[in-house]
Amino acid sequence: MSQPTLATSYLKRGLSRQTWIIIGIVLVLLHLLPRAIPQIVHIVIMIYLFATMGQAWNVLGGYTGQFSFGHSLFFGLGAYVSTLLYLKLGITPWIGILISCLSGIALGLFIGALSFRYGLKGPFFALIMLAFAEIFHMITMGWNAVGGSPGLLIPLKGNAPHLMQFTSKQPFYYMALWMMVGSLYLVWRLEKTRTGLYFLSVREDHDAAEALGVDTFKVQMIAMAISAGLTAMIGTIYAQYLLFIDPDSTFGILNSVEIMVRPIIGGPGTVLGPLLGSVVLTPLAEITRLAFQSYSGVYLMWYGMILVIVIMFLPHGLMGMIRQIIDKYRKG
Amino acid sequence: MTSNSVLNIVDVSKSFRGLRALSGVSFTLRQGEIFGLIGPNGAGKTTLFNVISGFLKPDSGRVGFLGKDLVRLKPHEICKMGLARTFQIVKPFSYLSILENVAVGCFNATNDIQEAEERAWEVLRFVGLEKKALSPAMSTTTPDRKRLELARALASQPQLLLLDEVMAGLNPTEQMQIVGLVREVREKGTTLLVIEHTMRVIMGLCDRIVVLNHGECIAEGEPSAICSDKDVIEAYLGKGNTFVRD
Repeated sequence: MSQPTLATSYLKRGLSRQTWIIIGIVLVLLHLLPRAIPQIVHIVIMIYLFATMGQAWNVLGGYTGQFSFGHSLFFGLGAYVSTLLYLKLGITPWIGILISCLSGIALGLFIGALSFRYGLKGPFFALIMLAFAEIFHMITMGWNAVGGSPGLLIPLKGNAPHLMQFTSKQPFYYMALWMMVGSLYLVWRLEKTRTGLYFLSVREDHDAAEALGVDTFKVQMIAMAISAGLTAMIGTIYAQYLLFIDPDSTFGILNSVEIMVRPIIGGPGTVLGPLLGSVVLTPLAEITRLAFQSYSGVYLMWYGMILVIVIMFLPHGLMGMIRQIIDKYRKG
Repeated sequence: MTSNSVLNIVDVSKSFRGLRALSGVSFTLRQGEIFGLIGPNGAGKTTLFNVISGFLKPDSGRVGFLGKDLVRLKPHEICKMGLARTFQIVKPFSYLSILENVAVGCFNATNDIQEAEERAWEVLRFVGLEKKALSPAMSTTTPDRKRLELARALASQPQLLLLDEVMAGLNPTEQMQIVGLVREVREKGTTLLVIEHTMRVIMGLCDRIVVLNHGECIAEGEPSAICSDKDVIEAYLGKGNTFVRD
């Protein structure tokens, strides 16, 4: 650590010009990818969608320290709201995605107001989230007006861009890519603001943060709103991509695990962690799912194994490991 | 209430399931003084700090700060009004750098991160932590953690600062450094309420002292008067000991 001077800002540090150029090149390459290797477009879309949801989870879990064990709640809500608006009222999913986002925020703030007012933390908050996800799971299972347990099919309209339906996967690829890039940028910027630092202070110590003038309730509500709204939007895109949703694949507990496992393995509380976790885990899940088709759920055993290994040896996730290597390289 | 009073504690009581931690505590802090709060372990000193800073609600009584009642306010609102505190058991934001720790407090005065950082550097230079500013708070030593605790509280630019045993666990040299800092803080116009166990330190530092025992004020006055107070000696050393002079 060199002697600090006032000339440089350590809290507001930006990226060097070279880094921006590299980011630009990577973005261009990612735009060309679907044309170059069309076979992997599906997997890459899933990587992006889960990276974005992981990032949403990360804002609440990684930065603010409130581990949600039921983020499928917002995902499912987003998927159902836009789909029902389209099926029942004929509202295009382009508007539906915004209403999904708003309803995700509203539900998030409701749960937040219930839990954060009483200072719920750790396992208690995780269980509240799990309970709400299960409530919605049960409601959608039992209520035929919203599809019941068979779920909802979105009728095929061929290539209908105004209804967010496309015959090719490419438009979804670009949507997912830009949602992912947008969420990355949002969190990267947020890290360098007062709110971002307040998130971290709440994660580290509620009481100390309060004593320093941080409105911990408000800060947690903001994190919740960002997290819930973003996750709900991904829910809508997912529904339009698959054109089919059912309670298990949206509100199910496994989906909550899918959302949280990526940022945890990638490195919670880091900007790149969720993306890194998604890049590693999503292909692994898809490949093991294909390889062991007759044994459904084998990929979950992989998750379990990887999670155990990561928690034992890499408590700060893959990003923590990368940082250690960089530090060593710099010193050595 | 006198015109230059900063903190008015009026008849504050607090019980925990029948255990009376504070009963009818009253005293007044004047502008610019260093006021000591002493008493044996379990006397209710930290409870009183928690009541003043809004972490606990008193069962009865008033806490007036610059003419406003603090009893219904939340800790962050109280901090925004200019009353900062430190914690006896230090609570650093472990994974954040020392600079970031202090910057959190600086955001009370500004929204801009650049400005907050500049203020944070000033505070860090003041307490002498600027060389360690970029290392994570968890990697620091006990004396530095105590300094950090003080720095964070100072960062919010308080008019009244409550220090809860910032010198505990330090050796005499380190204690004297902190004493110097506390005096400088007072020179800048901040009023201080200090809990401390080391008598040598507190007697030399404070203008006035109040002694708590079993949640009650048993003495109030200048250090020299407190030293020879019969009730105080009894509270610390027990009844009938040879140190009590008649």
